[in-house]
Amino acid sequence: MSDDQPAITLYRLQACPFCERVVRVLEEKGLDYHSRFVEPMHSDRDVVKRISGKRTVPAIVDENTGVTMSESANIVEYLENTYEGAA
Amino acid sequence: MVDFEIVELPDHDAPAVGDTAPDFTRPLVEDEYWEDASLSDLTDDGPVLLVFHTMDGAFPATYIWNNLRDRGVPDDIQAVGVSISSPYEHKTFLAERGVDAKFFSDPAAGIATEYGIENDLDDMAGITEHRPAVFLLDESREIQYRWVAEEWPDFPDYDEVAAAVSDP
Repeated sequence: MSDDQPAITLYRLQACPFCERVVRVLEEKGLDYHSRFVEPMHSDRDVVKRISGKRTVPAIVDENTGVTMSESANIVEYLENTYEGAA
Repeated sequence: MVDFEIVELPDHDAPAVGDTAPDFTRPLVEDEYWEDASLSDLTDDGPVLLVFHTMDGAFPATYIWNNLRDRGVPDDIQAVGVSISSPYEHKTFLAERGVDAKFFSDPAAGIATEYGIENDLDDMAGITEHRPAVFLLDESREIQYRWVAEEWPDFPDYDEVAAAVSDP
C-alpha cells in the first residue's frame, strides 16, 4: 500500500490459532509487520496461493530476506533463526 | 416521484470545497483481502472519490455504486467507499456488484463524527452510520467537489459527479 509499509506482511485469518501463534512470536521479537486478512473460505484465497503456492494461512512475506513461507511451525522456526537477537 | 414530502435530514457539519479532508486509518477492503490503510496512502497515489454510504445491505448503497459503476467512474479515479459494514460484507458487496472500488470499514462510525455527517438511525438502537456524501479529493486531500445528502433518502447527481471526476 504505502511506501513506508513494514517489511513483513502476514496473511492471516481472523481468530485462526495458527496465525495468532505467529503474531505472538512477531510481537515477542518486536518485529514490525502488517496484516492482510483473507476469507475463511479456503477456495477464495487466491491471493495467498499466488504468493506462497498454497491457500493455507498463516503465510508471511519477508522483504528483509526475500522469504515467503507458510505453515506456522515453519514460520516460527524461521523467525527464531532469522531474528535471533531481536527484541 | 412520490407525492409527499421526503423526510429532511438535520444540518450537517461536513468539510467544504477547498477544505482539507480529515485523514483516517481503517481496514481497507479490496477484492482479495483487507489491511489497515490511511486515506492519505490513497491520495498519495492520486485523486480519490470518497463515497460515504449506508450499510451495505441497504438499497441506497446498491443504487449509488451501480450508478457510479455504470458511468465508468471507478475506471477514471480511485473510488473509495466508507460504511459501517464489516470487511466481510464489503467483500461480498464488491464481488456481487462487480464494483472496482475499495471500501473502508468503519463500524463505530468514528469517521462520520470526524466528517460531521453522522446519521443516527431511527429505531435501530445504538446504530449510527454515515450520512450519504461524496467528496472528490486531490493528491493533498483538498476537497474539489462535495455532495452531502439533505433528505432521507437522497442521491448525488451522478452526471455531476462524473463530470467533476473527469475535469481535473
